[in-house]
Amino acid sequence: MLRGLWQLTWLEIKIFVREPMGVIGTVAVPVVFFVVLGRMFGGRLGTPVADAPRVVTVDLPILASILISLSAVVSLVTIVSIYREGGILKRLRATPLRPYTILTAHVIVKLLLTAVTLGATVLIGRRYYPIDGDVPLAAFALALLFSTVSILSIGFLIASLVPTARFAQPIGSAILYPMLGLSGLFMPLDTLPPVLQTEGRMLPLTYAVSLLRGIWHGEGWLAHAGDAAVLALVFLLCTALSAKVFRWE
Amino acid sequence: MEQQDDTPDTIGNARASVACMTECLRADMPRQPVVHVEAIRKTYGKTVAVDEISFDVHEGEIFGLIGPNGAGKTTTMECVEGLRRPERGAISVLGLDPIRDAYALQNRIGVQLQEAQLQKRVKVREAVGLWASLYTKPVDGTRLLEQLGLSEKRDAWFMTLSGGQKQRLFIALALINDPEVVFLDELTTGLDPQARRAIWDLVRGIRARDKTVFLTTHLMEEAERLCDRVAIIDHGRMVDIGTPAELVLRHCPERTVFVTSDDPAAEERFRAIPGVALVSSDGPRYTIRGSGADLVTRVIGCLAEHRMGVVDFRTEVPTLEDVFLKLTGHSIRD
Repeated sequence: MLRGLWQLTWLEIKIFVREPMGVIGTVAVPVVFFVVLGRMFGGRLGTPVADAPRVVTVDLPILASILISLSAVVSLVTIVSIYREGGILKRLRATPLRPYTILTAHVIVKLLLTAVTLGATVLIGRRYYPIDGDVPLAAFALALLFSTVSILSIGFLIASLVPTARFAQPIGSAILYPMLGLSGLFMPLDTLPPVLQTEGRMLPLTYAVSLLRGIWHGEGWLAHAGDAAVLALVFLLCTALSAKVFRWE
Repeated sequence: MEQQDDTPDTIGNARASVACMTECLRADMPRQPVVHVEAIRKTYGKTVAVDEISFDVHEGEIFGLIGPNGAGKTTTMECVEGLRRPERGAISVLGLDPIRDAYALQNRIGVQLQEAQLQKRVKVREAVGLWASLYTKPVDGTRLLEQLGLSEKRDAWFMTLSGGQKQRLFIALALINDPEVVFLDELTTGLDPQARRAIWDLVRGIRARDKTVFLTTHLMEEAERLCDRVAIIDHGRMVDIGTPAELVLRHCPERTVFVTSDDPAAEERFRAIPGVALVSSDGPRYTIRGSGADLVTRVIGCLAEHRMGVVDFRTEVPTLEDVFLKLTGHSIRD
């Protein structure tokens, strides 16, 4: 069934590590970025005073997680389109490798990458941004995995539709990053004008932010069952759609 | 004693008759072709890429689809490989349907695709290792690389290989599952003549291992030197099919012999050769034209018979290139 999955995944990890620009761009830059950010604002942003206006509040861990996961998604979109344009997908297709095996391998690589980047950020950033002992890290990791897989499926759909590798990165970024603005990460949704609120509620990222933030602050999964359901729905929808429209060449 | 003497003979006879029976059976029964293509059609929008093409590929032969770029060769081959679905017609490969039985078939065929690439930074041995892990009965990758002259490049990244090395790697990947049929699409395009010749030897080597080779090429020289049988494709249609020699004889039977001789009776004697249509001369240089494969034999016979002194002797035999020009009205390079 999944013949070749581990071989392919392992191979893709090795290939990724061999490309210095990719490693620097995907792992090193975010780590440095968040460490610098944490150093500058860590104290102020991370622990908002209880009665301070929430308007300027950013949860740095949530921002870091979401940005790192988004960058993994954009890199997935890019790699799928490069593989398609270069005829690599086509060559792999003419083997007993199943289509979903190839895609699963790439998802695993991107998830690992997200984990490594986040792990490094947490380790190096600990000094400037101490994580409270009562943060449910395991639950948060699970929520992040859940959100990332859901957003990765959006990436798939984009990867299925972008015409060439040259456009993959800009198109992927143009679709994914603006979602952040309305996701409630920077400003709570209910402080936005009604039109933007509606728009925000239509974006899958909003639910990822809500879930991650809730879990981080110790709220239970039950309180965020709605978010999780939306993310699961997005995953199913995008996976089904991209299976329909995916092009191998 | 007599009986003992007889025994080997009897066995020999029996063997001979069994062999004969097998031969006769083989000759009588229509052998199942390895690839059977019947009236397939494939269109892209309004463009008809493949129009009612039919042919068979037999076991153990090198079969070539030849024609200019854009003639429909690759589309036809990719339909046979199960990568594309024709709108009409039927295809069977090793008795299987390329679309319905795709996964069963992939274990038994080897594919090299036109303009395929691998990951830039994948090592040669890693690619071979991945491919080997995908099939049920892979051959030894290290030996395969050795046979294809890639041993020294085992640890090289794909992006650092030359064009010829990349093609040899793709041949290795196509052979890793010990396939019964190997598909090679424009294998030598973009290679220099030396690399091309090396690849031809490799392809002959594949046939020598009892495998069937199905290839496409727009190089008539390649088809002529490599293929046992060819099908000529132009504008999505099949123009003719046969061995290169058959096609040349069928469509371009003309032969020309150039002889330089100071024999005073040369012209007269050449005209007397049966099958000669025209003899022209420029001083002692004669041009003899006629048709049929045996024209050259007859001219040599005439020279020998009359013990004529010959200073120079040259023949001109039409090639597949001429056949293509004649059949389609345009050169393959157009």
